[in-house]
Amino acid sequence: MSVDIKIKNALKKFGDNVIIPDLSLTVKKGEFFTLLGPSGCGKTTLLRMIAGFNTIDGGDFYFDERRINDLNPAKRNIGMVFQSYAIFPHMTVRKNVEFGLTNKNLSKAEIRSRAEKFMDLMQISELADRMPTSLSGGQQQRVALARALCIEPDVLLMDEPLSNLDAKLRIEMRSVIKDIQQTVGITTIYVTHDQEEAMAISDRIAVMNKGVIQHIGTPKGIYQRPANTFVAAFIGRSNLLEGELVMKGDMPYVRFEQYEAPVPAVASEFRKPQKVIISARPEELSISREDNGGFKATIISSIFLGLNTHYFMRLENGMQMESVHESTLDSIIEPGTKVSVTFNTDKINLFTADGSTNILTGVQNDAQPSAVSRAGGKRLAVG
Amino acid sequence: MQAKRRFDLWTVVSLVTLGFFVLFLLYPLWGLLRQSVFNAKGEFTLEYFKRFFQYRYYTVTIFNSIKVSLAITLVTLLLGIPISYFYSFYQLKGAKFLFVVSLLCAMSAPFIGAYAWILLLGRQGVITKFMANTFGLNIGSIYGFDGILFVQSLKLFPLVFIYMNGAFKDIDNSLLEASANMGVVGVKRFFKVILQLSMPTILAASLVVFMRAFADFGTPLLIGEGYRTFPVEIYNQYLGEHGQDYRFAAAISVIGVIMTTAIFLLQKWATSRYNFSISAMHPVEKKKPKGIGGFLMYLYSYALVGLAFLPQAYIVYLSFRNSDGAVFLPGYSFTNYRMAVTRLLGRSVNNTVLLGLAALAIIVLLAVIIAYLVVRRASMLNNVIDTLSMVPYIMPGSVIGVALVIAFSNKPFALTGTALIMIIAWVIRRMPYTIRSATATLQLVPRDVEEAATSLGTSKPKTFFRITVPMMRNGIISGAILSWISIVTELSSAIILYNNRTITLTMSTYVAISRGNDGLAAAFAAITTVVTAVSIMIYLKVSKTEDVKI
Ligand SMILES: Nc1ncnc2c1ncn2[C@@H]1O[C@H](COP(=O)(O)OP(=O)(O)OP(=O)(O)O)[C@@H](O)[C@H]1O
Ligand SMILES: [Mg+2]
Repeated sequence: MSVDIKIKNALKKFGDNVIIPDLSLTVKKGEFFTLLGPSGCGKTTLLRMIAGFNTIDGGDFYFDERRINDLNPAKRNIGMVFQSYAIFPHMTVRKNVEFGLTNKNLSKAEIRSRAEKFMDLMQISELADRMPTSLSGGQQQRVALARALCIEPDVLLMDEPLSNLDAKLRIEMRSVIKDIQQTVGITTIYVTHDQEEAMAISDRIAVMNKGVIQHIGTPKGIYQRPANTFVAAFIGRSNLLEGELVMKGDMPYVRFEQYEAPVPAVASEFRKPQKVIISARPEELSISREDNGGFKATIISSIFLGLNTHYFMRLENGMQMESVHESTLDSIIEPGTKVSVTFNTDKINLFTADGSTNILTGVQNDAQPSAVSRAGGKRLAVG
Repeated sequence: MQAKRRFDLWTVVSLVTLGFFVLFLLYPLWGLLRQSVFNAKGEFTLEYFKRFFQYRYYTVTIFNSIKVSLAITLVTLLLGIPISYFYSFYQLKGAKFLFVVSLLCAMSAPFIGAYAWILLLGRQGVITKFMANTFGLNIGSIYGFDGILFVQSLKLFPLVFIYMNGAFKDIDNSLLEASANMGVVGVKRFFKVILQLSMPTILAASLVVFMRAFADFGTPLLIGEGYRTFPVEIYNQYLGEHGQDYRFAAAISVIGVIMTTAIFLLQKWATSRYNFSISAMHPVEKKKPKGIGGFLMYLYSYALVGLAFLPQAYIVYLSFRNSDGAVFLPGYSFTNYRMAVTRLLGRSVNNTVLLGLAALAIIVLLAVIIAYLVVRRASMLNNVIDTLSMVPYIMPGSVIGVALVIAFSNKPFALTGTALIMIIAWVIRRMPYTIRSATATLQLVPRDVEEAATSLGTSKPKTFFRITVPMMRNGIISGAILSWISIVTELSSAIILYNNRTITLTMSTYVAISRGNDGLAAAFAAITTVVTAVSIMIYLKVSKTEDVKI
């Protein structure tokens, strides 16, 4: 039986350090929700507040209508999976999985059959009578997952569960986790700082920085219409340029150096001349050897990766940027070649000069606006 | 962790533990201090301290103790570092055997070794007589400074050996290769690189050896003769050549505690100057010892360990010799053991085992609690408890004995002469081993594991007993065995606290020795030695590590 999770104005301090100033979010029933952000931004801290291992210095936490702030961690009915697996080393796999059930009033037979069920689900039944120290990392993480799920928790919390695994296992376990989450249908909060993992696995992602949520949205929404320059730069790769918005009649144009292009998606309240930050992903740039009205750049180097070819170039103002193109049969553009660069204006994003707000329509952000504007772009290095 | 510090069960546990230390450690030490500065009429006076510093007769005991302890420290380093070097960098055959035997020597009761050496090298010793009769050689005296130095060095060098093994193991091979690259090899590399890297350990080992030597009571008691040392003086003053003089004994004890504390702090300061830690990613590959050098390595290692082991072996051998109780006679039998049975053997064994186990049970309980408090619930209060629990580490046993007598000879706590006071003395003196070991183990247990249990709906007590304690098990057991061994071989505080009803194995041994009942003494000593040896074997089985912290 899963629940929704509501967090209102959460506050966390360690001594005088405010780690999370004012954080609100809602996780829907049965949703796979990911906290994504750079190291030290407070993901683990927030997760442990939900689990009850960190105190809550302010705000309210709800599972459905039930306020859990002061609920004993042992009574929250949470399944937790740790980065370190946290398997009990002195118990067999079966005893590990059964451990949580022994805290409930269940018969021996029922405990056993429920543990069996989840061991089957996680495909670790053959390991049932082994000691955990003899298991591989992937197997240990399966045990941890079976153990957490077997108490039929309301909420599943996972803190970087895959970061101790090698790259291949990580991808395999990723789908194991996603599949089982869907089978069981449990509300899940997942912490990672690997954005690719977050994109692959999540229903929605909350991008955090310095204890503040920057953007909550679907992987697609966050990638295509990031709420601010931090999100644009953190999710995938983005070239950030300082440009201008100009109006030609009713049509907004973006201008960078002598290059101008129409951007019809600019929201009405932002349709006035102003400085903007242009965020263009490498695949949102076109380069041409002929002058087609784009801005000027010089190719510095290229990397041929089969499917794609990456170009690194220097602009006239000295900045460097990167672009990606599907490889063609033509020869690769030589370093030193002068090129003309244009934007794919449907895909690029424009932000206010402080980087705090995306001025295009179509931004889906479920984060509370107050929090976003407060964290804003100010602290973000642009470019 | 629920960081919100409510007044919960653990706070109560902290306070009870603190109460224990206040009652059985601080209160006695406070009593000691009070006795040392108040005269019988209850007036404040420094007369006892003055008396001590006025007479060379007394001050000389301090100088003697320091002098012999320094000498012992130096000699153990000279003996222990080479054998550890050979052990760590070469594939010696029988290396394990060398290690185990050394450990056995280090852990044995000090005065038994001293006694065996007297039987070997003393005035009537077999070797002395053999040398005199066969070669007309006088091999000098085992008594006094030389004797203490000889006996204690052979007993304590294994500490250096064990400590240095740990340090050498942590030296990364690439460091050695790097120094070879820069042309530093051989003896030069040993002094310039290997020893420098091991400096923190050398200092730690020096401190342990020095403290042991300084606090040692049994050896100088038996073979010190005219060479009077400090712990023995405390005991003598306590027993009183001119009637019991608690106050003067207390004053000397206070001086002793100040000294050992100073040394302890000095060592801490010295170690902090070598503030680096090393750990080996690529451990050194042990070489095969070859040629004349290899032969000398074997000769040195086996001769040294053999010599250290000689007294233990000899005592066991002697215990099976015929005797009339006092003097050994030709032939072999169980006479000595039969005689021991009539001389309280049963009671001694009983007391040692029962009181020892009772003390051990309390030690284990305290160790588990303190380890948990210190590692998982760090706070001012718990830090104080941690520090207090380590205080006995720097206290000579005779000081603790005297302090307990002073504190508990009158109402409301009239405990002198009871079994309880023996248990208390042992708990106080011997708990640091188990606490250190339990704390170190718990520090390695990730907190995640306990949190996992909690998130599975486990109550706090159940998490503690089903998850935390089992994961500390190995650390607790190995620490407890070390505590146990040191209880079995304990003499210095027991000698002050025991009486006929609470007599222990070591005390029976000592009584037999002091009455000149050599046969009887050999039997008691042999039993003590065997109990120690068996305990060490169990320890090595359990701990599966050679990194013994004693
Ligand atoms: N117990 C603590 N006491 C003091 N500061 C803490 C404590 N735990 C975390 N912090 C601080 O809070 C901040 C957030 O830490 P947190 O562990 O939540 O980061 P994170 O986002 O999980 O990072 P990572 O991706 O590296 O795991 C960090 O600056 C950290 O130093
Ligand atoms: Mg973290």
